[in-house]
Amino acid sequence: VKAKSLRRERRWALIWSYVFLVFFAVIFLTPPLYMLITSLKTSAEISAVTLPWWVFHPTLENYYALFTSEAYLTFFRNSAVVSLCVVAITMVISILAAFSLSRMKFWGSATLATGVFLTYLIPETLLFIPLFKIFAFVQDWTGIELMNHWWVLIVIFPTLTVPFCTWIMIGYFASIPKELDEAALIDGASYFQVLTRVFLPVALPGVIAATIFAFTVSWADFLYPMAFTTSIDQLVLPAGIVTTLIKGDVFNWGQIMTAALLGAAPPLIIYAFLMDYYIAGLTAGATKG
Amino acid sequence: MAAVLPGTQVAARRGGLRRLARRKSTMAFLLTLPLIVLIAALVVYPAFYSMYLSMLNKSLERFVGLANFKFLFTRDTFWMVVKQSCIFAVTAVVFKALIGFCVSHFVHNVPAKGQRKWRGMLLIPWVIPPAMSTLGWFWLFDPSYSAFNWIFVRIGLPAVTWLGDPHWARFSVILVNVWYGAPFFLIMYLAALKSVPEQLYEAAAIDGANWWQKIWYVTLPMMRNIIAITVLFSLIVTFANFDIVRILTAGGPIDQTHVFATWAFQLGIEGGDLPLGACVSLFMFPILGVAAYFILRDINRRGNEA
Repeated sequence: VKAKSLRRERRWALIWSYVFLVFFAVIFLTPPLYMLITSLKTSAEISAVTLPWWVFHPTLENYYALFTSEAYLTFFRNSAVVSLCVVAITMVISILAAFSLSRMKFWGSATLATGVFLTYLIPETLLFIPLFKIFAFVQDWTGIELMNHWWVLIVIFPTLTVPFCTWIMIGYFASIPKELDEAALIDGASYFQVLTRVFLPVALPGVIAATIFAFTVSWADFLYPMAFTTSIDQLVLPAGIVTTLIKGDVFNWGQIMTAALLGAAPPLIIYAFLMDYYIAGLTAGATKG
Repeated sequence: MAAVLPGTQVAARRGGLRRLARRKSTMAFLLTLPLIVLIAALVVYPAFYSMYLSMLNKSLERFVGLANFKFLFTRDTFWMVVKQSCIFAVTAVVFKALIGFCVSHFVHNVPAKGQRKWRGMLLIPWVIPPAMSTLGWFWLFDPSYSAFNWIFVRIGLPAVTWLGDPHWARFSVILVNVWYGAPFFLIMYLAALKSVPEQLYEAAAIDGANWWQKIWYVTLPMMRNIIAITVLFSLIVTFANFDIVRILTAGGPIDQTHVFATWAFQLGIEGGDLPLGACVSLFMFPILGVAAYFILRDINRRGNEA
């Protein structure tokens, strides 16, 4: 009797789990799906008082309009260049630092590792106002105009990505057995060779996870571009879509939704193909401490 | 620089440098130098400069001490922002944690081969850049074409002015934040659930524990650390949130939904009063400090256990 009731209990737990999973999946996926639905509509269909949750006359004209819009292509290019540069800078800085902090002890290295984690906790919302002023007086001193140039994001985005990437790389590097690099050193490898021939291949999942993190963060950031860039040709995607498409007199919702969806596409595509690395990177911060 | 030096001197200097570089600790320091420079110049220095900036007058010419803070304390909007920031952060984090905890159990319950699919689907809100997905929500909340209201009207409920009414606007920004952040908790808790040994549940079942007792006496104690870290971490991020409020309401109606970040942006960047904006953003410091202290403590404890 006991075993039977236990089995029945299990089955009910399973059924209820599915019911709630479907419920939450619907809630979680409604906004992106509705964005997709809207992006396939004409302006006429959007403003018509019909069923908003269905497309009666699907069209790709919004996509076509954006792919031929010079402003949107500029946003996309700026975003792509900024993100790729930030990923490259981030990975170089954080891999070198993590290699050093996980293996070589020097005065203050333990404090520095903790400090790296602490800087990760300092939000950008605390820094954008002083940075705004600092950019102004850097210009006074050196003549380099930092404000309102897309490339300034390449300089400041690493502050968002480097601390976390360094932190998870320290975790991955520290889990490599010491015997491995000692053996390589005895065989006459230099430190650089130990890093490129031993550490990077062994910690490749960590490198991929950190790369994904750096890319998604710099692709998605909204505050710094809003604060430091204003001209249409200097904006990156999130700031560009919000300031140019929304602020127009006529809300062209079909185009706004298409623009947002296409802007969300690169991180989503990366996620679709590298989900396990993405999740590993996400959980590494808390589980690898 | 080196090119103008005579050749011998360059060689000597290089030799010295090489000898120095051969020392392990020097090289270790050099490898971390880019990191140190980046953090010092673009995080630590601005953070301290922000404190100095907050004590200048609007045209940045005169040192006024704490006058900006005094001015803020006399303004009703400031206290409203403090209250709203706290309500926003605490409510959002509580719901994110609860939903994440529940959904992680549902995912954990289904057969292992289906879990990947569900997990992949449920994490999507976290993957979409928040600025983009908030635009989608903004359109769902649209005053005249709201797709939610379309459903509400069909099932006989009154239409809701999502972003126009102060209470609903507050609800909406929290809702979007919960939607965006709950998947993060889900993933963290799912990872934690997987690490709870199955034997503990079997032992509890033999002792006659019901599902509630299993959660209370087995799951929660085993997950306590990760729950603490995710909650504190999310508290920081939510407290400092900018994107969602900025895009949905830009602080309105009548400043009712402003949080520290959006108000600081409005005062400092749009209003041109950098010191006052710096003042407002500095109020995020205390909560960050407290949360950071507990996170560090938990992480160190975790390190010692392992």
